[in-house]
Amino acid sequence: MRPNLILQVVAKFVIPLMILFALYVQFHGDFGPGGGFQAGVIFSAAFILYSLVFGLDTAEKIIPAHWLRILAALGVVIYAGVGVASLLLGGNYLDYTLLGSNPIAGQHLGILLVELGVGITVAAAMLIMFFAFAGRGRE
Amino acid sequence: MIDIVIDITLLAFLAITSVAIVRMTNLFAIVMLFGIFSLLSAGLFVVMDAPDVAFTEAAVGAGISTVLMLATLALVKKPREPFYNEAPHAHRAWLSLVVVAVTGAALVYGTWDIPRFGDPDAPAQTHVARYYIENALPETGVPNIVTAVLASYRGFDTLGEVAVIFTAAVAVLLLIGGRRSKPAVEKKDKREQDEA
Repeated sequence: MRPNLILQVVAKFVIPLMILFALYVQFHGDFGPGGGFQAGVIFSAAFILYSLVFGLDTAEKIIPAHWLRILAALGVVIYAGVGVASLLLGGNYLDYTLLGSNPIAGQHLGILLVELGVGITVAAAMLIMFFAFAGRGRE
Repeated sequence: MIDIVIDITLLAFLAITSVAIVRMTNLFAIVMLFGIFSLLSAGLFVVMDAPDVAFTEAAVGAGISTVLMLATLALVKKPREPFYNEAPHAHRAWLSLVVVAVTGAALVYGTWDIPRFGDPDAPAQTHVARYYIENALPETGVPNIVTAVLASYRGFDTLGEVAVIFTAAVAVLLLIGGRRSKPAVEKKDKREQDEA
């Protein structure tokens, strides 16, 4: 890839802001618009921008492909695990009321964890798809 | 009043964009117009007070899918002579026009029965929506009802959606993941190495 100084400088400035915004959307989804799905997409967009500007190989050094596969599965496991945890605590599957000291705290914790699982899986899945598509044309 | 002006402007832009997409032949420009189409739809969702949906549309429709389509274009766009002869056009243009006109008329006829936007007596608002609006905050402590419904009341649905996204990633990996396959002999060597 031809080095492009202006793009690289601007990307270095923008990417941290994108990741920060993704985290805001992730953890502020309880109060404002947003949630795990949107946060995951924005998070992956930051890394896609990085790999577009700095090249695919550099990006794969930061997030190796096998880590992405583990992360994609981890999100689903977190989500399903919250359900199993509520089963073990004596409630229904994905009924968060028993997770905390009182029903509201339990619901809050459950929603936070579930959204985290969604965000991790979506971010990893989008990156897997992008790397799969973009990596085909490399050789 | 200002809402109507914004609505009409956005819808006009949507119509112009779709006509431009139909008439264009440059695939790169079409992909960019698809992104603009999604962004305009996101704007419409914001006007209709659905910021969560707008967020998703802007991030997925205008962002990720544009990038994925561009990546696909970069893969397939290698100029080369087609190895087949294109079949002669067997259909007639007026037949398509009739089908489109009839379908469009049926859809417009269908909109006559749709309740007004935001009508409190609409079937969509009288079923469980009222329960969520009244009980979501006291029951879950989450001020954003959309998040409460998505993650708590309909947790099973969302679990299924996450599984779908995971499955999509696995399918992409299986189909086109990894490096392009090497010649057969070399591949066999590699497999033996992996097993050893």
